[in-house]
Amino acid sequence: MRRFSWFNATSLTLGFAFLYLPMIILVVYSFNASRLVTVWAGFSTKWYGELFQNKDFLNAAWVTIKVAFFASTFATVLGTMAAYVLVRAGRFPGRTLFSGMIYAPLVMPEVITGLSLLLLFIGIGLDRGIVTVILAHTTFAMCYVSVVVSSRLVSFDQSLEEAALDLGCTPFEAFRLVTLPIIAPAVISGWLLAFTLSLDDLVIASFTTGPGATTLPIKVFSAVRLGVSPEINALSTIMIGIVTFGVITASLISKHTAVKQAREERAAERSA
Amino acid sequence: MRRLALIAFPYVWLLALFLIPFAIVFKISLSDAAIARPPYLPLLELSEGWDGFKAFLAELDFENYVFLTEDDLYWKAYLSSLKIAFFSTVITLGVGYPIAYGMARAPDEWRPTLLMLIILPFWTSFLIRVYAWKGILSNEGVLNQALLGLGVINEPLTILNTNTAVYIGIVYTYLPFMVLPIYSALEKLDDSLLEAAEDLGCSKIQAFWLVTFPLSRGGVLAGCFLVFIPVIGEFVIPSLLGGSGTLMIGKILFEEFFANRDWPVASAVAVILLLILIVPIVLFQLNQQKQQEAER
Repeated sequence: MRRFSWFNATSLTLGFAFLYLPMIILVVYSFNASRLVTVWAGFSTKWYGELFQNKDFLNAAWVTIKVAFFASTFATVLGTMAAYVLVRAGRFPGRTLFSGMIYAPLVMPEVITGLSLLLLFIGIGLDRGIVTVILAHTTFAMCYVSVVVSSRLVSFDQSLEEAALDLGCTPFEAFRLVTLPIIAPAVISGWLLAFTLSLDDLVIASFTTGPGATTLPIKVFSAVRLGVSPEINALSTIMIGIVTFGVITASLISKHTAVKQAREERAAERSA
Repeated sequence: MRRLALIAFPYVWLLALFLIPFAIVFKISLSDAAIARPPYLPLLELSEGWDGFKAFLAELDFENYVFLTEDDLYWKAYLSSLKIAFFSTVITLGVGYPIAYGMARAPDEWRPTLLMLIILPFWTSFLIRVYAWKGILSNEGVLNQALLGLGVINEPLTILNTNTAVYIGIVYTYLPFMVLPIYSALEKLDDSLLEAAEDLGCSKIQAFWLVTFPLSRGGVLAGCFLVFIPVIGEFVIPSLLGGSGTLMIGKILFEEFFANRDWPVASAVAVILLLILIVPIVLFQLNQQKQQEAER
């Protein structure tokens, strides 16, 4: 019997207030007519107007979306392959090194990852720009994807793959027709995770970027270094809005599928 | 053949873009900056074979590391990063445990929503969440306005650009990393154990310390490492919320690289940072393994 006490209720209320009040304040002040944070000068959407007229921000946003799209797509392919290798390929020479290289970037400080990649790009004479940022983001994001995908691969029944092989599938067909549909939710959430990580990254992008490839976090960082800017509040509000919408939609969809699945299972039991 | 290609592709990618870059950092940390830009001496001449390799090794030295020990800025920054990481982990645990406990005790139908509310900040930009505190903590910020308005204080508190602001920023952004593992440990807890403890004469508080807390220890440790390890190398929080007095090694490395352009020293800073991190990372791995075995 669970007892939900007043203490539990208070700590939840205070905890969630702590998590959400700063973001609510940020959103509220994006609608402030005054440039100063101190003065509430009435409701206005003028900062949104200024934001959309600021070419620099729009360019940076476009660069960021391109980088995130390509990096997360490459990272999903590579990360899924890596997960499959880790879970299914059995023993091969250098396996320990391989799994070490998958897990190490997850705990590696971003400043070190960024520095080392920059020194590599300079060492091989690759001009820094959007391509180098994509390479860098693909590398750290593929590790997150492979962790997400391998946790799903571990939990599913390998005999399904074996059955497909017995029935005459080539290994690739077995992967495409059996494995991939089962791990698809993990692959999709891996892609989303990689996309968000790339959108969000400041440090690695600062090290690996070059002229003409300024990403949005770099732009935001240099704008807010010295103080609060209402345009950035407006930009943040838009981003918080998109994320909130996305997360709520995703959780509604997964709830819906869970309910549907439960109903189908019950129907199957009844007909049996 | 297919199997080989499947292994080789991600393997080569990681070798080329993770391991080799790190070897380069290590090598440059032992080199001298001739004219503060590449190439760094000595160069490895593969054409000269083994002799070339020996000549290469002979030229490497620990000069940059000696420099780090002589300038007290660096070891102060390492120590202060460890200190800030330690205390912010303790504070985050203090704030996060009651939240995770409340979530685990909440009625079943609330839990998916509560979980979503904890995960939502994960998907929101880290930079924006740190930036949000700038407007709150500044001298004319929302917090000072509110406290002045309520008459609690007579003049604004200076919080922004101090270590206090850094602590607030860290606790705020890393809180979900603490709450989630503790929650997942507490959620599995069998309530009948608590009932048994109380039947046997424990008070509620005793039952908590003797039963609940020890059983959530794996989650607590995991949460602590998930906060402690990344905070040591943190860059964004100290540079946005901290002041000139905030010494953190991630910030020093970034500045050493971009402002002073001293690459060999920046590389040596990175190598030592990694050596410091090895201990907590290994402990974290051991803790995760132990938990996985316990679940089996």
